[in-house]
Amino acid sequence: MNVMTDEWLDVGEISDIPRRGARCIRIGETSVAVFRTADDQIHALEDKCPHRNGPLSQGIVHDGCVTCPLHNWVISLKTGQAQGADEGSTEVYPVRLDGTRVLLGFRGK
Amino acid sequence: MKRLVVIGAGMASGRMLEHLFEADPDAFQVTLFNAEPRGNYNRIMLSPVLSGEKSYEEIVTHDDDWYAGNNVTCRFGERVTGIDRERRVVCGEHGEVAYDKLVIATGSSPFIIPVEGRDLPGVVSYRDLDDTNAMIDATGLPNARAVVIGGGLLGLEAAAGLRLRGMEVTIIHLAGHLMERQLDEAAGYLLQKDIENRGIRVITRASTKAILGKSRVEGVALEDGSVIPADLVVMAVGIRPSAQLAKDTGLEVGRAITVNASMQTSDPDIYAVGECVEFEGTLFGLVAPLYDQAKVLAKELLGEGDAFVVKELSTKLKVTGCDLFSAGDFAEGEGREDIVFRDPARGVYRRLVIERNRLVGAVMYGDTADSNWFFGLIRDGEDIAEMRETLIFGQSYQGGAPLDPTAAVAALPDDAEICGCNGVCKGTIVEAVSTKGLTTLDDVRAHTKASASCGTCTGLVEKLMVLTLGDAFEAAAVPPMCKCTDLGHDEVRRLIKTKELKTIPAVMQELEWKTSCGCAKCRPALNYYLVSDWPEEYADDYQSRFINERVHANIQKDGTYSVVPRMWGGQTTSAELRAIADVVDKFNIPSVKCTGGQRIDMLGVKKEDLPAIWADLGKAGFVSGHAYAKGLRTVKTCVGSDWCRFGTQDSTGLGVRLEKFMWGSWTPAKVKLAVSGCPRNCAEATCKDVGVVCVDSGYEIHYAGAAGLDIKGTEVLGLVKTEDEAVEYISALVQMYREQGHYLERIYKWAKRIGYDEVRRQIMEDAEARKAYFDRFVFSQKFAQVDPWSERVSGKDKHEFKPMASFPESKVEAAE
Repeated sequence: MNVMTDEWLDVGEISDIPRRGARCIRIGETSVAVFRTADDQIHALEDKCPHRNGPLSQGIVHDGCVTCPLHNWVISLKTGQAQGADEGSTEVYPVRLDGTRVLLGFRGK
Repeated sequence: MKRLVVIGAGMASGRMLEHLFEADPDAFQVTLFNAEPRGNYNRIMLSPVLSGEKSYEEIVTHDDDWYAGNNVTCRFGERVTGIDRERRVVCGEHGEVAYDKLVIATGSSPFIIPVEGRDLPGVVSYRDLDDTNAMIDATGLPNARAVVIGGGLLGLEAAAGLRLRGMEVTIIHLAGHLMERQLDEAAGYLLQKDIENRGIRVITRASTKAILGKSRVEGVALEDGSVIPADLVVMAVGIRPSAQLAKDTGLEVGRAITVNASMQTSDPDIYAVGECVEFEGTLFGLVAPLYDQAKVLAKELLGEGDAFVVKELSTKLKVTGCDLFSAGDFAEGEGREDIVFRDPARGVYRRLVIERNRLVGAVMYGDTADSNWFFGLIRDGEDIAEMRETLIFGQSYQGGAPLDPTAAVAALPDDAEICGCNGVCKGTIVEAVSTKGLTTLDDVRAHTKASASCGTCTGLVEKLMVLTLGDAFEAAAVPPMCKCTDLGHDEVRRLIKTKELKTIPAVMQELEWKTSCGCAKCRPALNYYLVSDWPEEYADDYQSRFINERVHANIQKDGTYSVVPRMWGGQTTSAELRAIADVVDKFNIPSVKCTGGQRIDMLGVKKEDLPAIWADLGKAGFVSGHAYAKGLRTVKTCVGSDWCRFGTQDSTGLGVRLEKFMWGSWTPAKVKLAVSGCPRNCAEATCKDVGVVCVDSGYEIHYAGAAGLDIKGTEVLGLVKTEDEAVEYISALVQMYREQGHYLERIYKWAKRIGYDEVRRQIMEDAEARKAYFDRFVFSQKFAQVDPWSERVSGKDKHEFKPMASFPESKVEAAE
């Protein structure tokens, strides 16, 4: 995570994201996956598996991780690191809740 | 004497006054406003009042004598209309009062969901005595029915109270399990079971659409279209801080009235306390921190400094006899480990969350005896490395030597019952093992019947065998389903049936899952088993499906999707081809290809285009080809007797019939069929999961072929004379596989495991068994044959197909 965030983008309601699921945020060409765990924690990762760029937002969410739909790599929602024997990482975006609103962190241009 | 005005006579301000008068009864002349026409009572005890176990008088905290004795000027039943900070006066409906210090304790108000009909008579919230009395009045109606919206603590209390008064009660809850903020899914399951045992109906994942009724409430309509009749509707979906007065006064207000550690608002002479305050971003709902605030505020008013701090909170609740406890942070996460203990017989669930050798969270249900001890460990951050192995059993198990896993079993007396189903005790098992020389679990089952019925004592029996045999014991070779359980797929499937388990949390609790909510391996498998075994009752768990089965298309390497509509038996028409061509043009689909299963695949489709494409295809009569499903895929055919000079039967017709009869069915793994019109076998039926080769005398049914990772010719099931028989036998065969297959196990592997002779015996020779399989298949199809594409065209799961939000690149740049 970083501390450089100076802009928080309001991207929607927490209830827009299914529990154990994810939704995408498009920013130009980039897609960010915002995950909601069974216990309502929110995480955001670039929607790209470090293995073969699979869309992580489409994976199954479990144990604080997401399993990529293409080749079953397991990526930590918190750190973006691949779990187990696989090596690689995905960019983590700062994200927080303000009440029920989901805020995604960016540096303004 | 200084003048203190207090707005709101709730529990927080009441406690503050007690501290104040105790420390210095002459410090202030107090005026107390309350919108409710009464003084301070113990709001937490409204539930016993509702259920009839207590009267209002018994829960009064401060009565008239107390107020008189402390010279409090009570202005009860009077609303405060404003505060004039310049003149330092509070304006009530019946006149002004001047203050030197002012305390705002307006508490919170119930959140009313903004649906039609919310203002009808008979719709109440559950906050104060008036609400409670309105509910009690409603219970007097004959055969009165209540709907409680909200399955949090308050809703459950309301439901239990109304039920005790004889009402028929239904709880509607938006989330997937009750009290989802305090409990995890597993504990929520046990709570629901207990609540249901009290005769209360619970509907989860239910969203209220409208409250119905003309002159008063008559029912509640849900988003899914169902209607629940009701004479009383209780809204218990949550509370929000009452900060409007403070806001109108110009005080700093965030989500609630902002205070500092001295409970002071942005005006130094105005304080706030209770549920209406926000301190360092935190709101408060439980009574313990409110009492801490009250103490701090009383000291502050008397000029003695003190500071409020937010403490770790635990919830120990007795929801009308259900024992539950939760504390700390029990979210899943990397570096966190769960220790889970389940005792299905007693309805006990315990889960401890550990991070860096410290206990950070705990959820307990059914037995909360050690909750204080666990809470202490969380609060103090004590290192638990030394007692990790036995931590879950509680305090009394600590400090001794590390437990030998067989020690507990060794300590049991010979007449201790091990297998409850068959009444087998320890002595019987040990004797059988030693005298008969049994070395495997199956031997013990055969000789003693222990662990041969429901199987939950299997672990105990195995420990007994280890104890008796040592290394000679041959542990069961059955590989467990996944790391979450020791049970294999067969055991799990058998127990789902015998124990009538109908939800994923039920399976996990009753079969003693070692994790709190499973993993990416067991969740999809359990979801399939439950769909297959309880077609009518089980509600599909969407998030336990792989993406292809959620969006009903096939994900490709670049994250786009491919779309394959059904072409029944591989036949198509010019109109269908034209519709496909139009879709390809309209959506710029980059690639179109014929599949090996005689249909057309459109590749490179953007996810957000899927619903529109399905709508266009649907208009031309297409339905989903389920090319992504663990279910029936294609039925490949040759042209048969219609055209072919060698054709013996109408193979195309039979293929179409089979596909129309069997589509939509979920199976353990994909199922591909083929029908060839003669033994030349142009449809390649002899390498399919199920194939038919037509001959002059009828239909030869084949199955258990493979032409993928493995190549294997089919086995012959048998010959039938008519098309009707072919459909019946094939459906029965597939149903047998549906009921017995392990998730992701293809037919050829299943058949090899079961034995070809056994399959043939049940399907070809045992007419009764075949008929029963067939009937169950037909029954399940009633619920399965819904075209997933048209469902989604009409809006189902629409969140799947659109980004939640889009921004142009120019606006932002990712923070590094």
